[in-house]
Amino acid sequence: MSNDNKITRRGLMTRLLAGASIVVLGGCERLSQSTWFPRVLGLGEKATYRMQRLVLPRKAMAQEFPATDLSPQFRSNGTSMPNNPAYRALAANGFADYRLEVGGLVEQPMKLTLADIRALPSRTQITRHDCVEGWSAVGNWKGARLGALLEAVHLKPNARYVVFHCADPMEEDGTSLYYESVDLEDAFHPQTILAYELNGETLPIKNGAPLRLRLERQLGYKMAKYVMRLEIVEDLSGVAGGKGGYWEDRGYEWYAGI
Amino acid sequence: MSYIQIMKKKQYRIRISHGVLRAIHEARRISKTIGGRLGQLLSRTGSTGYPYYRHPLPVRIMHWCNVVFLATLLLSGLNIFNAHPALYWGKSSYRGVTPIVELRGKEDDEGEISGVTRIFGHDFATTGFLGASKDATGELTERGFPSWLTLPNDQWLALARRWHFFFAWLFVINGITFVTYSLVSRHVQHDLLPTWQDWRSIGKSIIDHLHFRHPTGAAAKRYNVLQKLTYLLVIFFLLPLMIVMGLGMSPAMDALYAGWVDIFFGRQSVRTIHFIVAWTLVLFVFVHVFEVIISGFWNNLRSMITGYYRVKSEADHE
Repeated sequence: MSNDNKITRRGLMTRLLAGASIVVLGGCERLSQSTWFPRVLGLGEKATYRMQRLVLPRKAMAQEFPATDLSPQFRSNGTSMPNNPAYRALAANGFADYRLEVGGLVEQPMKLTLADIRALPSRTQITRHDCVEGWSAVGNWKGARLGALLEAVHLKPNARYVVFHCADPMEEDGTSLYYESVDLEDAFHPQTILAYELNGETLPIKNGAPLRLRLERQLGYKMAKYVMRLEIVEDLSGVAGGKGGYWEDRGYEWYAGI
Repeated sequence: MSYIQIMKKKQYRIRISHGVLRAIHEARRISKTIGGRLGQLLSRTGSTGYPYYRHPLPVRIMHWCNVVFLATLLLSGLNIFNAHPALYWGKSSYRGVTPIVELRGKEDDEGEISGVTRIFGHDFATTGFLGASKDATGELTERGFPSWLTLPNDQWLALARRWHFFFAWLFVINGITFVTYSLVSRHVQHDLLPTWQDWRSIGKSIIDHLHFRHPTGAAAKRYNVLQKLTYLLVIFFLLPLMIVMGLGMSPAMDALYAGWVDIFFGRQSVRTIHFIVAWTLVLFVFVHVFEVIISGFWNNLRSMITGYYRVKSEADHE
């Protein structure tokens, strides 16, 4: 075998591989920029949602930890002080004028003070918070069971989702209020609470005072902070961007079980 | 239909078929020239030896699917990692303990950006690759892995997750199909499980590998013992471990049996193991491709595409 031949073969091989990788990588970038392909990829979320709901018992409990596992500092991510005058006025007064509105597809709309909420059946749990970015922190949460609150307002038969409207604007000009939503299966899960205490103290503003959602079997972005209003709806298409949450409207999955 | 009409139609047909024939002829001529050249390039052994059907069609299809799926999973995985480019050991990231590994971008007083890789508290300057690298516009920016190693190239967690989980499903389906097929067709029992003889030849096999000596004759029809053990390790240990560690990061799957992730030292350890196994698989791919190249690249490649491996007849042995 001649030496020339060898070089040609190697050259051809290298050129083929390089060419193929450029085509493939360029193709992937173009696919990422298209509208149809991310939608196809989104089928993965639907498969995951179906499969996880299938294998996971309704009341399967998220892991709870001993106090020794508590994170020394519970990290504040996203908003740590809402840029919202109405919210700041409430905060200045220690949330004495705060009212949680519960409306939508309910028989008895309500406005609850923090005292009302503290009077609801509560649950205390040391759980792990998993952020979509990849980090985890362990905190001790106490809050009102969302299921108990929903029973008190009597849901209408066509109720399907609970939407959490929050006080924190995501844009610097004070618009795009954060919001999130969960289905009723998660809403009635025993560990799903509207937390008002973290690590034995009143929930700090940086972690979502006066109320934040704890949804222990999903990722952090589902757990809305600064919750002001609950809206019970039949479908999510009519709320804000229509995808069921601030991040969902920006491409994140509505089901954040993974 | 009149006679003339029929004849016209026939003529038309003939004209078409003439065109097609000419095209086929032309294509053949071109492919012969190219194919002849390619053929020369492709076969080291020339016309000596005989073709041996080494890889059945399902294995070939699933092998190449796996190439695509694993590549996609790696690149999208690195994009996801970049959202929080640090690894921890234990149940959480905030235990008052520093991360095991951290890829950080640092900006000094003059606005100069540099990349730092911190491993067990030791800093290594990795500007341009880890911690800080050039983005699409050529500007040095803070990011864990460089954009050419991530899918999508931009830091885009939401879309990277979509790629990752979609292809994770395809990968799992492919894997289950492969294992089922391999057990039912006895591919595992016949081709992958080491025989008693294999175990005895393990020392010789190690020495052969170290000398880059590979059989080209009848012995090339079978996998050697190190190859068998490596494939078994990848198929039945590393890849399943990868999937289990992936699921261990899912807060929903963690609730399947509360606390099961503590078998693997907690969720953050699970994430770290997922990362380590990913790079172990990359290492496997490098060794695999290296072995493929040195033991007759085109012959091996052909056998994974057409199924046929050209076995050198014993007379050709050097």
